[in-house]
Amino acid sequence: MKKTGAQILLECLKREGVEVIFNYPGGAILPVNDELSRWDFKMILVRHEQGAVHAADGYARASGKAGVCIVTSGPGATNTVTGLATAFMDSVPVVVITGQVSTPLIGNDAFQEADIVGITRPCTKYNYLVTDVRDLATIVREAFYIAGSGRPGPVLVDLPKDIASGVTEFKYPQEVHIRGYQPTLDGHMQQIKRALNLMLKAHRPVIYAGGGVITAGAAQELTKIAEMLNIPVTTTLMGLGGFPGTHPLSLGMLGMHGTYRANMAVTDCDLLLAVGARFDDRVTGKIDAFAPKAEKIHIDIDPTSISKNVRVDVPIVGDCKRILSKMFALLQEEKGLDEHQRSLGPWHEQIEKWKNTHRLTYHQDEVIKPQYVIERIYEMTKGEAVITTEVGQNQMWTAQYYLFDHPRTLLTSGGLGTMGYGFPAAIGAQVAFPERTVIDIAGDGSIQMNIQELATAVQYKLPVKVAILNNGYLGMVRQWQELFYERRYSMTHIGNISPDFVKLAEAYGAMGLRATRPDEVVPVIREALRTPLPVLMDFVVEPEEGVYPMVPAGEAIDRMLLV
Amino acid sequence: MLHTINVLVENEFGVLARVAGLFSGRGFNIESLSVAETLDPKVSVMTIVTRGDDQVLEQITKQLNKLVCVIKVMDLVGKEYVAREMVLIKVAAKPETRAEILSIADIFRGKVVDVSPKSYTIEVTGDEEKIKAFLELLKPMGIKEMARTGRVALMRG
Repeated sequence: MKKTGAQILLECLKREGVEVIFNYPGGAILPVNDELSRWDFKMILVRHEQGAVHAADGYARASGKAGVCIVTSGPGATNTVTGLATAFMDSVPVVVITGQVSTPLIGNDAFQEADIVGITRPCTKYNYLVTDVRDLATIVREAFYIAGSGRPGPVLVDLPKDIASGVTEFKYPQEVHIRGYQPTLDGHMQQIKRALNLMLKAHRPVIYAGGGVITAGAAQELTKIAEMLNIPVTTTLMGLGGFPGTHPLSLGMLGMHGTYRANMAVTDCDLLLAVGARFDDRVTGKIDAFAPKAEKIHIDIDPTSISKNVRVDVPIVGDCKRILSKMFALLQEEKGLDEHQRSLGPWHEQIEKWKNTHRLTYHQDEVIKPQYVIERIYEMTKGEAVITTEVGQNQMWTAQYYLFDHPRTLLTSGGLGTMGYGFPAAIGAQVAFPERTVIDIAGDGSIQMNIQELATAVQYKLPVKVAILNNGYLGMVRQWQELFYERRYSMTHIGNISPDFVKLAEAYGAMGLRATRPDEVVPVIREALRTPLPVLMDFVVEPEEGVYPMVPAGEAIDRMLLV
Repeated sequence: MLHTINVLVENEFGVLARVAGLFSGRGFNIESLSVAETLDPKVSVMTIVTRGDDQVLEQITKQLNKLVCVIKVMDLVGKEYVAREMVLIKVAAKPETRAEILSIADIFRGKVVDVSPKSYTIEVTGDEEKIKAFLELLKPMGIKEMARTGRVALMRG
């Protein structure tokens, strides 16, 4: 049957199981938007294309399904770049369809033309320019396959206007075969056995778990193995929720703002099992001093992540879930596990000592402390909310004070560190789970980076809550200036010129609430959680509160600045 | 250490940009690069000469393999292989040097591919050392122009 390019595109999206499309229309994408009016996708009109990609990303992280956006050419396409780079760094499956000027005009500096395939080559997993409508179905099929498989990532499909309105016989490709793309999923059995041997011999083992555990859906397998071998687990920012934060074996997050016990344990361990993590500089600090006494095992689906920064002794390339399952099966045949568990007693005692030496702490006096707000949100949501964050202090305090027990409940821009991510991501998560509580923990700086999406939340009646930790500063930068630039607060004070967030919320048709004293925090959160509207909560907090512990950039992670 | 890497890639537009972008984006070095179609018109081969220690080379090969458009990566270091480059040299030819130029070209199994009253254009193929030696010998005669390919390589046997 003959179909237009636009029809083929939407037919392919249907067959991929796409339900939601984040969209911003424009000239070059008009044939697709016109066709969309005849389909039953849930359409979300954002207010900025960056918001569209972050929302699709939030939708994908919360649900595990690929997020989809459709935007126009030129500025519409270039506005997606930050969203794509964010999703790329954090391995999130997002498919972005951009309109493009008609093929005869490409390269002519036409109106709203941008070489978006060229621009996004380094920040997408793969991208396509469709030059023949007959290729379109295969390209869309491949795009979803590449985005969602292996180490997931964003894929962009650039669709010229004449291709979208061109007509061809529609044939749906049943299978995808890309000869240059065949991710390794099953770990090498010999390597898995070698790894287990090391794990069973270790006296001071630590598991270092990253976002790959969540992506692979391997949280349960990880927990089982940690419990069987009695190994403490620290997670990266991206790994929070991949191992229960309230579990007795949890060390909390490691790295620059990691807990004292996590950083000390990693520095002192004799075996480090890295799972779905990539030895990022915010985790390792000074690389030579990172787990210097440990034999290192590294499980990751991306071979380029292995031995990129840190040499490992036992690399295992493959899907975390499959590999951990195999380990589990082998462990079940193992005898003497009880004895092994007991032999780790001194190690656990040492960790307990570290835990009691420097706990995460703050002092709540007459001014609201940001940590206090997050602890109250944690209690009042019983740790069951989907939390997004912006980037900076708000993000780190969330990582420290909200204990994530479940995968896919913390959505945060870990790799790229994108301010303005949290709010649109929360919108995406709320679209995926209309019944769940979704809260963006924000700063007064970062919330202003995509504040326009309040209109989206209001339009679609998405009851997203935003907790603004309003300290009047670009707080994390201010903290670095305080510590490393002799308190010269260059360009970081924004307090006197920020809008009145309560009035702003009301102007958009959302609810605005404010707390200026500690005793107002709980009532504000309660009110926000009760209302079906989107809510901006403005918590006026201690202006110069810092995030601690902190490892200065480039230092060894056991050299922490404590409160 | 210098490495010669043969990379089989999909013969599509944009592939060269992906490979070159990978090298520039990650700070890897390209000493030379040559690309041509293989017997299968859907596949091209790139011969890339690059430099780095073992860890860098491990990353380069892994990163290349990760590109969707890359079918196969072969680092030829440590393997038996033949490598060749070609150079076209336009050298000034005066009555007193014409004979000498021809005899040098002959020694290097070069071929005169163009002759004019004032110059010879000579084609020479060989490994880097040979081409370097040839250029050294011709330099005193006055090299007017030169065009040189990157290295191409094949495994032996």
